[in-house]
Amino acid sequence: MAILEVNNLSISFGGLMAVNDFGLNIEEGQLYGLIGPNGAGKTTVFNLLTGVYKPDQGRVILDGKELTGKNTIEINQEGIARTFQNIRLFSQLSVLDNVKVGLHNDYTYSTIEGILRLPRYKKTEKLMTERAMELLEVFGLADEAEYLASNLPYGKQRKLEMARALATNPKLLLLDEPAAGMNPNETAELMENIKFVRDKFKMTILLIEHDMKLVAGICEKLTVLNFGKVLAEGETSAVLHDPKVITAYLGE
Amino acid sequence: MRDKKLNKTFKNNLITYLIVIISYALVQAMILSGNLSSLMQGLLVPICTYVIMALALNLVVGVLGELSLGHAGFMCVGAFSSAFFSKLTLEAIPNAGLRFFLALLIGAVCAAIFGIIIGIPVLRLKGDYLAIVTLAFGEIIKNFINVMYVGKDSNGFHFSIKDVASLNMEDDGLVIINGAQGITGTPTDSNFTIGVLLILFTLFVVLNLTNSRTGRAIMSIRDNRIAAESVGINITKYKLMAFAISAGLAGIGGVLYAHNLSTLTALPKNFGYNMSIMFLVFVVLGGIGNMRGSIIAAVVLTLLPELLRGLSDYRMLIYAVVLIAMMIFTSAPSMIEYREKIMAKFGKNKVSKEAE
Repeated sequence: MAILEVNNLSISFGGLMAVNDFGLNIEEGQLYGLIGPNGAGKTTVFNLLTGVYKPDQGRVILDGKELTGKNTIEINQEGIARTFQNIRLFSQLSVLDNVKVGLHNDYTYSTIEGILRLPRYKKTEKLMTERAMELLEVFGLADEAEYLASNLPYGKQRKLEMARALATNPKLLLLDEPAAGMNPNETAELMENIKFVRDKFKMTILLIEHDMKLVAGICEKLTVLNFGKVLAEGETSAVLHDPKVITAYLGE
Repeated sequence: MRDKKLNKTFKNNLITYLIVIISYALVQAMILSGNLSSLMQGLLVPICTYVIMALALNLVVGVLGELSLGHAGFMCVGAFSSAFFSKLTLEAIPNAGLRFFLALLIGAVCAAIFGIIIGIPVLRLKGDYLAIVTLAFGEIIKNFINVMYVGKDSNGFHFSIKDVASLNMEDDGLVIINGAQGITGTPTDSNFTIGVLLILFTLFVVLNLTNSRTGRAIMSIRDNRIAAESVGINITKYKLMAFAISAGLAGIGGVLYAHNLSTLTALPKNFGYNMSIMFLVFVVLGGIGNMRGSIIAAVVLTLLPELLRGLSDYRMLIYAVVLIAMMIFTSAPSMIEYREKIMAKFGKNKVSKEAE
């Protein structure tokens, strides 16, 4: 059964059809790529999936549950987490606290308990720290846990965003250009990280990426978007050799 | 690693508490040895009030990252609701301590409720717009109290916004809030010791809140609203919570202030927008988000005009120079570096600007 099912999703801004009749089926545990030229509507699709925009029409179903029309917070609680194209960290919080904010809804105690430092505060905070450190370790950030997020180098900030997204315990992880601005070594490491996350957490991942090496290296299936419409979809190698895709996006 | 961090915040907070307690001990010693003029003694409770106000406002400005210019309004609500209660129960509750405690609760809760009522529409706005609207709300509260007449007689409460005569009270009626003349005859239940205890309480609430799950949620909204939403943080709830807690603490400041005066009036001098701006000056000069700085700035900037009284005409000149010097000391990057070096020399943990 598909974990994410998207049917004829459309949205227009003024006269511009940003996304037109978009469809997507992702199986559980799949690593799925969404590619296409700049302005094709890839990030808009992410914003539709996470409730930032409300679609004009179409449906989004996650694990059998209807998500259409829900807001960002509800959708996150249903199990979609994302990272952003332009990094959005909590820059004045520590690396550890960034991840702990991601744990906010799974590990709870009341404000009063927090102010009065009651036993539940101590117990929960300890569990939160343990869980957050586990996640940071996966991304090799454990040693920087006390740094301010804004003091991390660029590549690590991207990783921290992924760690924070994973902290919300999602069923589906959306990565918006995770390799943007990374050098080839960092990209190679990131590919390992993404694969590792998929295998370790049995995560389903949908990613937007322009780096074809990364896409060809780890994505199992692809959808190509052009002018808001699906140009091609299917197995990665087949799509990358599709003449339509080569003309519209990849180039000869 | 984790313990180190906990220790660091713990140590930092401890230093802040200690600064307050040691200053209290020093001032008490000065009073006992007769080294403090009566003018200065009269300033002690207002200083405590201003410290509480600065801490409360820092919760909104530094932790939530929104600008509020209406905190004098919340202080006003706390002051009048509690003074109203105290005057009403002057005979019913002879125990001053208990009466003041109840007055505190009432003042804080009323101010927090006002915080919520005002926060719901206002917190949709950002930055300058929020500042302007909160400023207006602060003024509305003050001006409304100025025309409010409340009395009580054997038939119950009477209310008017015209004059005392239109309260239509029986002969045994007692005017509690007398319009622009405010509340007279409030028991002066507060003193310096209570003021310092309330400062410690405010500090306790603000520091512990900041270092908890709720505080992290509030700060995540400050740092990146969109990202906070994407990890499932309820923006409205936490914004409102921070605003209401801050308003409640401002209410406590108001209670302290009101019970130090026998006549409480809602004058611009007490609760006007220039007071709100003064609180903001404390927060900004102390370092936004830095609780210890807020305390120091509030104390220094309240004492300064009094200490400089002898210089008459040059007073405001020096005041302005000190403002600029403090601004440089708390906010210039090179000064922060220098400060850290000095702290390191004393063998203490590095105090970074986001320590609190």
